[in-house]
Amino acid sequence: MGEILRLQTPLRDEDVEALRIGQKVLLSGVVYTARDAAHRRMMDLIEAGKPLPIDIKGQVIYYVGPAPAKPGRPIGSAGPTTSYRMDVYSPKLLELGLKGMIGKGKRSKEVIDALVRYKGVYFGATGGAGALLARSVLEAEVVAYEDLGPEAIRRLVVRELPLIVVNDVLGQDLYEEGVKRYSRQPQAG
Amino acid sequence: MREIGFEKVVETVSRLFIEANTELGEDVLDAIRKAIEREESPTGKEVLAELLENARIAKEEQVPMCQDTGLAVVFVEMGQDVHIVGGHLYEAIEEGVRRGYRDGYLRKSACHPFTRANTGDNTPAIIHMELVPGDRLKIIAMPKGGGSENMSAVAMLTPSVGKPGIMDYVVKRVKEAGSNPCPPVIVGVGIGGTLEKAAILAKRALLRPLGSHNPDPELDQMERELLERINDLGIGPQGYGGRITALGVFVEMMPCHIASLPVAVNIQCHAARHKEAVL
Repeated sequence: MGEILRLQTPLRDEDVEALRIGQKVLLSGVVYTARDAAHRRMMDLIEAGKPLPIDIKGQVIYYVGPAPAKPGRPIGSAGPTTSYRMDVYSPKLLELGLKGMIGKGKRSKEVIDALVRYKGVYFGATGGAGALLARSVLEAEVVAYEDLGPEAIRRLVVRELPLIVVNDVLGQDLYEEGVKRYSRQPQAG
Repeated sequence: MREIGFEKVVETVSRLFIEANTELGEDVLDAIRKAIEREESPTGKEVLAELLENARIAKEEQVPMCQDTGLAVVFVEMGQDVHIVGGHLYEAIEEGVRRGYRDGYLRKSACHPFTRANTGDNTPAIIHMELVPGDRLKIIAMPKGGGSENMSAVAMLTPSVGKPGIMDYVVKRVKEAGSNPCPPVIVGVGIGGTLEKAAILAKRALLRPLGSHNPDPELDQMERELLERINDLGIGPQGYGGRITALGVFVEMMPCHIASLPVAVNIQCHAARHKEAVL
C-alpha cells in the first residue's frame, strides 16, 4: 500500500489530484464536523440563498457525532458515521468548494461523479475506532447549531488523523476494487 | 416473594451500560486476534489491529469504544417470585439508562422520528421482558448502534424457498450492507415466529458469545456455512476488501405459521456490546 502521506488542511486542488484509492493519509489541521441534521440545515440555507455558518472552501467535513468529552478532554470518542445519509447533500457542497469528506461506507454515483467534476476526495476512517480516533483531536469547539447536541457543527483541530482514500478524482472506489480482489463469489453472483 | 429495591435496579442498569460501552468482551477480542491471523489483506489486518488498540484505549481511559453508544436495548428475565419495591421496574430501567448515559459520558442518540429533536437522556429504553421461574432478576444491557441496525431487515419469505432460500437471503443482506455496518460484523438470524418475533430472535441471537456453537446440529451446520459464504464475499474489514467480513453467525429458530417463513437479519458491528447481571 506504500508510504503514508501527511496532508494539511485546507486542501488545494493539487493535494486532492495526487491522491489515489488505498493511499493511507495522516491528516492535520482544521476539519469541521457535520452529520444528518447539520447538513439538512446547511442545505436549507443554500436553497434560501443565505450564507453558510462555515466557509467550506478548501475544507474537509468529518461525518461524526462525538460522545461527550470527559472533564479535561477536548472531545469524547469520535469515529465516523455512515456516509450514505449525506449523499443527497454532498454534490452541492463540493460544487461550493468543499474538498474532502471523512466517513465510512459507500457513496452514491452522484457523489463519486461530483468528486471527479469538482476535484474532491472521500476518506474512510475506521468505523468503531472512536476512542482511537479521538486521540488525534487536539481541540473541539462548537461553531454552529449548538441545539443539535452531538450533531452540532464543531471546528476540530486534528493532528495525524489516520485515514484511507476511498474515492478519488479518477472516480475510483476502494470498496469496489478491494472486494473484487478478495471475492470468491462468481462475478455474476 | 423475594424483594429487590428500585435503586438497586437503577444502579445495575447504569453500571451495565457504562461497562458495555467501555469494555469489549473477551470473546470479541479473541475473535479479532484470530481474524488478524487469517486476514490476507494488509489493510484488513491493519484495520483489525486498530480495533484491538481502540478497545485497549477505551478500557484504559474508560471512554466508549465507539461514539455511537446506541439506543439502550435491555433484555430482562424476571423470576415470577421477584417483587420490585419502591417503584416500577420499567421506570427503574429508564432511570438507570439516564444515569448511565450521563455519568458515563455516553452519547445520547434517541430522537423524535419527525423533528429529530434529541430526547436528551437516551430514553426511552427498548425493553424486552420475559417472565421466568424462580426469584432472580437477570438484566442484560445491550447498547445497539444505528449504523449496523440500519443494515438489518425482516423478510416474510415464501415457505417454498426453504433452507436454501433463507441462506441466500441472509448472504444477500450482508452483501448489500457492504461497508456500511463497519465490518467485521456479527450476524444474528431469527427464523420463524411472526414478523416481530423473528426480529427479537435475531437480536437475542447476538447475545451468544463468539466461538460458541449452536446446540442444534442442523443450525450449527447452517451457521458454519453462512459464515463461510459471507466471508467469501470479500468485503473484508471496513469493506476495504479482505477475507474477514464476519466474526460469527448466530441462528435462532422457532415454529412459524403454515403460510409463513419470517426471517430476520440483525447485523451487529464488532462492538458487540452486552453486559449482564443477575440480582
